[in-house]
Amino acid sequence: MTETESTTLKQTALHALHVGAGARMVPFAGYDMPVQFAGVKEEHLWTRSAAGLFDVSHMGPCVLSLKASPLTGDAAHAAIAAKIEQLVPSDIASLKPGQARLTVLLTPEGGIYDDLIITRPQADTDQGKLYVVVNGAVKEQDFALFSDSFGETVDLQRLDSSHVLIALQGPEAEAVLSTHYPSASELKFMRSELTLDAAHIQAVSRCGYTGEDGFELLLPQAEGVALCEKLLSDPRVKPIGLGARDSLRLEAGLCLYGQDMDTTRTPVEADLAWVIQKSRRARADFPGAATILAALEAGPAQKRVGIQPLERAPARPGTVIEAEGTEIGVITSGGFGPSVDRPIAMGYVRADLAKPGTPIQLMIRGKARPAEVCALPFVDANYKR
Amino acid sequence: MTIYYTEDHEWIRLEGDVATVGITKYAAEQLGDVVFVEVPETGADFGQGDDMAVVESVKAASDVYAPIAGDVVEGNEALADAPETVNEDPEGSGWFCKLKVKNTAELDKLMDAAAYQSFCEGL
Repeated sequence: MTETESTTLKQTALHALHVGAGARMVPFAGYDMPVQFAGVKEEHLWTRSAAGLFDVSHMGPCVLSLKASPLTGDAAHAAIAAKIEQLVPSDIASLKPGQARLTVLLTPEGGIYDDLIITRPQADTDQGKLYVVVNGAVKEQDFALFSDSFGETVDLQRLDSSHVLIALQGPEAEAVLSTHYPSASELKFMRSELTLDAAHIQAVSRCGYTGEDGFELLLPQAEGVALCEKLLSDPRVKPIGLGARDSLRLEAGLCLYGQDMDTTRTPVEADLAWVIQKSRRARADFPGAATILAALEAGPAQKRVGIQPLERAPARPGTVIEAEGTEIGVITSGGFGPSVDRPIAMGYVRADLAKPGTPIQLMIRGKARPAEVCALPFVDANYKR
Repeated sequence: MTIYYTEDHEWIRLEGDVATVGITKYAAEQLGDVVFVEVPETGADFGQGDDMAVVESVKAASDVYAPIAGDVVEGNEALADAPETVNEDPEGSGWFCKLKVKNTAELDKLMDAAAYQSFCEGL
């Protein structure tokens, strides 16, 4: 890398902490980020057995709020939900206070611009606001989409350069975090405690990207750095890099935007039709609704599935999938799963060959390697519902 | 018996006209946990710099190049079941293959231990 390139990389507020902990840093989504600390395998297994701390401050947290609206309470929530529902196929209006929901930003054709989590605040005074977290790699595009779509009616407050976003994941996450935030243990999966005062914005959410129980926290930078220092002094916590983040989410069967979904795939193909609640299907009022509802009715041409290589060679993204000599799909994520101790992958296959157990071949370096379609996830989720 | 090194972090140890080839400790540390190694089959022949083997960590696959032209006389089959040997003993039992060397003059282009050490320090 040339010096000019490295100087244009942004740093999160936790950068010095990573470097001090001996991280190997790499460019990721425009930031200089830790790819590993002790080693991908060790960090992965630590997260599944204790608690791993992830810096995800490269992502795009923001607050959307109704501008100059006389509405309050449920009416205010309904109004802001109606705005964001122009862009996503999920039922945001029906969110309960403090509830979070995974959804997707749709292209006019029904493809996926990004996946994101939308949370309704619980305080009465915060109704008419939504806490939204989008992916780092596409956040500029997403924020522009919000601004263009909502115009003057909605205020977009970006939090990505004022706050840190961290995740604490693993079976010990609750015990560790409740020493700092006693109320954390009362949260259930996909529930959040938001403070959205102009003077102080923070979020504690019970969610994550590992398949483990855990939390994501948004905090003002100084506060976030101080918390991370405290968390890392706890013997149950170790810092985890992007390498293990990827192997953990793949074992958990979770999609990575840009690999497992993109503008060319509908949520139906991506096996994410569950993000489209019944009420939205009935109203058919989201971008690409005709295409998406037709795919739901008739079934998609291809479908995202889990793939189990039957030999030891990992299959990387881009690997062609064949069945009886015919190309039937492609691997979109693949590598090695340290917890299952074998190669694992996911990808898209022709819908008639998407049943678990279907024998397929992976074309790895010119050789057909045996594999089969399998159910996701590769490890059972430990969410606290 | 001299050991030579490449800028791609392979080592090569010549005994008679047969050279044992592997990746260096530096390379193994950079890769992290090795989970799969594909060594060449006996009889395969390579020119200097050809793709010869593949080593995969949890995260990524990396090519290993032939440091010198030669015919493969043996691949290290033990790596199939124990790829972690590459991390544990990269410059010993974690060797990749043995080549019957075609042209020892090619070794002149490679580094000795001292030169390789200063090369790594400059990275």
